Amino acid sequence: MTTATDQSPMALSITGATKHYASGFTLDDITFDLPSGYIMGLIGPNGAGKSTLIKLILNMIHRDAGEIHVLGLDNIADEEIVKENLGVVFDSSYFIETWTVNKVEQAMAPMYLAWDHAAFDGYLTRFGLDRKKRVKELSRGMQMKLMLAVALSHDAKLLVLDEPTSGLDVLARDELMDILQNYIADGERSVLFSTHITADLERAADFITYITRGKLYFTGPKDEFEESFRLVKGGPDDLAPDVKGVAVGIHRYETGFDALVRAEDLGKIAGLKAGEGRHWTAPLTAEPASIDDIIRLTNTSDAAYAMEVA
Amino acid sequence: MKLIISSVSGEPIYEQIKNQIRASVLNGELKAGEALPSLRKLAKELRISVLTVTRAYNELADEGVVQNIQGKGTFVMDKGNELMRNQLESQARASLAEAVCAAKAVDIPLADLETMLAEEYQKDVAS
Repeated sequence: MTTATDQSPMALSITGATKHYASGFTLDDITFDLPSGYIMGLIGPNGAGKSTLIKLILNMIHRDAGEIHVLGLDNIADEEIVKENLGVVFDSSYFIETWTVNKVEQAMAPMYLAWDHAAFDGYLTRFGLDRKKRVKELSRGMQMKLMLAVALSHDAKLLVLDEPTSGLDVLARDELMDILQNYIADGERSVLFSTHITADLERAADFITYITRGKLYFTGPKDEFEESFRLVKGGPDDLAPDVKGVAVGIHRYETGFDALVRAEDLGKIAGLKAGEGRHWTAPLTAEPASIDDIIRLTNTSDAAYAMEVA
Repeated sequence: MKLIISSVSGEPIYEQIKNQIRASVLNGELKAGEALPSLRKLAKELRISVLTVTRAYNELADEGVVQNIQGKGTFVMDKGNELMRNQLESQARASLAEAVCAAKAVDIPLADLETMLAEEYQKDVAS
């Protein structure tokens, strides 16, 4: 679609990443690239494997197979340089609770060659973080901002955020998205962002990687993701075999149904034959599917279990 | 240049950008040779994906509305260029086809449709 992405080096490149847990869960053969200068949303229902994948990138858990490169460097062999270039935000604070904000800086600064005291100070002011406050006295949103301030103050080239917006109000989420868009504006820095609040992604994310049940379902430009599906709707008696045949997932309710269909399969549905956009004469309607629709309907009991990379 | 993004219109964001920039070029608000805002700047200001803006600009370039110059930016093309003319012609035809389809669905006779067309044509340039 665009030539811009072809020329950029990869901020993150994951090939065949696999992790087996004794519990039976497997993160299975995940492969995708994030070009430099873009925001990628990592999505999927709870338990899909998003956090496992992030832990693999950060080398926090043992990888059973595959390769992970950050800015072209192996995330294990070159772990120190990789960590220097990574900024990380988790869904809950990783600082000692009794530390003051000031102590957080004292503890974190020596870990990074490029620690920028002035930048950190600037973020504290911007976020309204008081150096004397203890971590445990900060609200959830403030703790996230403190992690973000650390992540942004050592010239990291890739930010990895694991559910940073869970539990945040709309203002804090909005501010975060604003910061992330500023962060990537120079075209050299990138963001990998796992979330189940897809409203955060609808506008600002460039790429989507969707994993479910431990497998990769889609990776690519967000627009392509949304456009590759349509939501077909109709009354309870309109659920014809041709719809069932091509539906990726179906949600039935008393007065009708929603069926998620790949855009290229729309032509196979007779009930839409009056044509998309002129459906006042057809029994079924087809409309664009949101990210939430896609996640919801690819995880219903009706959803086709055999999943493949789109 | 005015650019407003609606998140409830159902129209894809890249289409909204395309339509508004194309309209600004057609009504003369954007002049030939003028530079569009840089991709990343516009994405940041509108809080949308860089790829969405990239797509809008690329498709406008395919239509001959703007031109991408590697390393310099995106510039408005002269309105009269052939590519843009052809695009607008086929767009006019596609819209007419849709109008005909709607008219047939409710049995509006050709003569009435022609009257409607003439009325629309006489109106001031659509905003």
